[in-house]
Amino acid sequence: MVNFFRRNRAAQLYGLISPGALWILLFFNLPLLIVLFISFVERGRAGSIKLPPVYTIENYRQLFNACASQFSGPECDPFLYIGIFGHSMRIALVVTFWCIILGYPLSYFISRQRQIVRDALMILVIIPFWTNFLVRTYALKQVLATEGLLNSFLMNLNIINQPLDLLFNEFAVIIGLLYGYLPFAVLPMYASIEKFDHSLMEAASDLGAPPWRAFLRVMLPMTLPGVIAALVLVFVPVVGAFITPDIMGGGKIEMIGTLINRQFGVSRNWPFGSAMSLVLMLMVLIGVIAYFRSSTEETRRAM
Amino acid sequence: MNEFAVEMQDVVKQFITPEGGILAAVNHVTMQIRDGEFFSLLGPSGCGKTTSLRMIAGFELPTDGKIFIHGKEMSQVPAFQRPINTVFQQYALFPHMTVEQNIGFGLEMKGVPKAERSRRVSEALEMVRLPGMEMRRPKQLSGGQQQRIALARALINKPEVLLLDEPLGALDLKLRKEMQLELKTLQREVGITFIYVTHDQEEALTMSDRIAVMSKGVALQIGAPQEIYERPASKYVADFIGETNFIDGVVKTQDGSTVEVEFEGTGVVCVESSRSFTNGQQVSVALRPEKLRLNTHIEKGNNIRGRVEDVIYIGTDTHYGVRFAGGQKVRVREQNVTLGQHEIVQIGDEVSVSFTYVSPRILTE
Repeated sequence: MVNFFRRNRAAQLYGLISPGALWILLFFNLPLLIVLFISFVERGRAGSIKLPPVYTIENYRQLFNACASQFSGPECDPFLYIGIFGHSMRIALVVTFWCIILGYPLSYFISRQRQIVRDALMILVIIPFWTNFLVRTYALKQVLATEGLLNSFLMNLNIINQPLDLLFNEFAVIIGLLYGYLPFAVLPMYASIEKFDHSLMEAASDLGAPPWRAFLRVMLPMTLPGVIAALVLVFVPVVGAFITPDIMGGGKIEMIGTLINRQFGVSRNWPFGSAMSLVLMLMVLIGVIAYFRSSTEETRRAM
Repeated sequence: MNEFAVEMQDVVKQFITPEGGILAAVNHVTMQIRDGEFFSLLGPSGCGKTTSLRMIAGFELPTDGKIFIHGKEMSQVPAFQRPINTVFQQYALFPHMTVEQNIGFGLEMKGVPKAERSRRVSEALEMVRLPGMEMRRPKQLSGGQQQRIALARALINKPEVLLLDEPLGALDLKLRKEMQLELKTLQREVGITFIYVTHDQEEALTMSDRIAVMSKGVALQIGAPQEIYERPASKYVADFIGETNFIDGVVKTQDGSTVEVEFEGTGVVCVESSRSFTNGQQVSVALRPEKLRLNTHIEKGNNIRGRVEDVIYIGTDTHYGVRFAGGQKVRVREQNVTLGQHEIVQIGDEVSVSFTYVSPRILTE
């Protein structure tokens, strides 16, 4: 047996990858197929699906035309779900944008420190991961609440005389997501910027480039792979986020994640939830592929 | 236009060390670099030569003192506004750009239109003898080629001064020798002032019109190569440039320009010197190994008896180690002019080391 593996390189390879591959097959690909199946059948009365299954494309139709459902009233907005999709995309774009705008200078700053300071700062960036995400989000909620830390601080300083509405709105959701996903932006950008040879900035300056032009022409293109990685790592989970919009939005801000979550919970509409999950997946997939396609040239060059 | 391309006036650069101390990388350096000359900053690593260069380029700002470029004070002007370009030690070519984009970068920043830029880039490539390389990436070039691209990228901007920070350090010996000659020729052709940083004394002697020998943040001596080599101002310079025998002695008498120095236990030598010494003064006599002769008979000039302790044959020359009666040891370098010459003198032989009155140099510091 041992000799068989020793002699056979293909067997070695398959032997090494099969545990992981099996895991993904069993707990990722198979459930995905189940979701695909459920999205094409009618819902059952008490949740789950109707048995024996009745095949339909109604779930997808409902997504693009909310009024297609038999339960829709006269004031029905056909673009209700499309709107929520769009809204989620917008929030995700805003969060991604700020993660990069805030994360890039931070990564730059950290990369320019002495080794020991650098390590310490990177640990500070990673430390929040040691705490449960839910706990952190609740903590942030306490900071932003009407009687919360920030409001009482500002009121005590007499900067404001009545509490600001910082919670249960889109702003709160964006702040919550930004807080949760900033480290995901910092890590890949830091990795890129740390490798960047800063003598190239001196060379650019030497050749007459003011700092901002040297940045745009030399440093940014060369650290772009990190920025793209940050973009994907933040945008993809944020567009489907549901805990943060639920807690920080107080149920008032609907995102795709909360919508899907509701279909499997209170609405008991598994087929519709499945259809939405798959459409979201497809959209993100197309977006990411398109982005990588358009940026491979730049990315390759920067390598 | 001012006759000096670059002037450093009492320039100081201090750094804070990680331990919190203050380190003067450059300590009150004053030097004038003439327009159109090939000027070298020579010294071991940490002597302040690179820091000086970086201050002239504008990458570092002096803590104190002034830097003038063609008479204009530029001490605090940022690098991108100085009429100076640099060839970096590791070339610092932009890896994400083509050779054409690299060389054209300076012109692009000045807003030169694309067509003219292309034309001038190909001219610059002709100049460094790499025509047709426009579309290559730096990674696809050899070290020597990258070096030339870096040179073209700097020279295309027609800088008033070109700074070179050990540009040949990464090349192998043969290529380095070639590039030395090429750089020197190029400098004569374009007529731009070159300031060249190197730790290689031979390189500095070969290429420079003038050399500043630096140590511990101070410029010890500034002068033409012959001057630095033949008339070093201090033991440090004599030791750093070429090989030197130092023999400690005491001044016995001085008669005009002729000084008699006694080597303890060995004898008295006569040395021509323009400086005046007091009788009994402790001095060091610097003797270049190639200016000493080994004889079995007495010659005109100084003759000191000694015993040969070692003989090293190195092809062009033979090196002899000779111990004098007083215990002082000197190295003597004889050229192997005739076949079998190195076999004439052997270890243990009694010989006479002779040298003229003018070849030694008396140093006090």
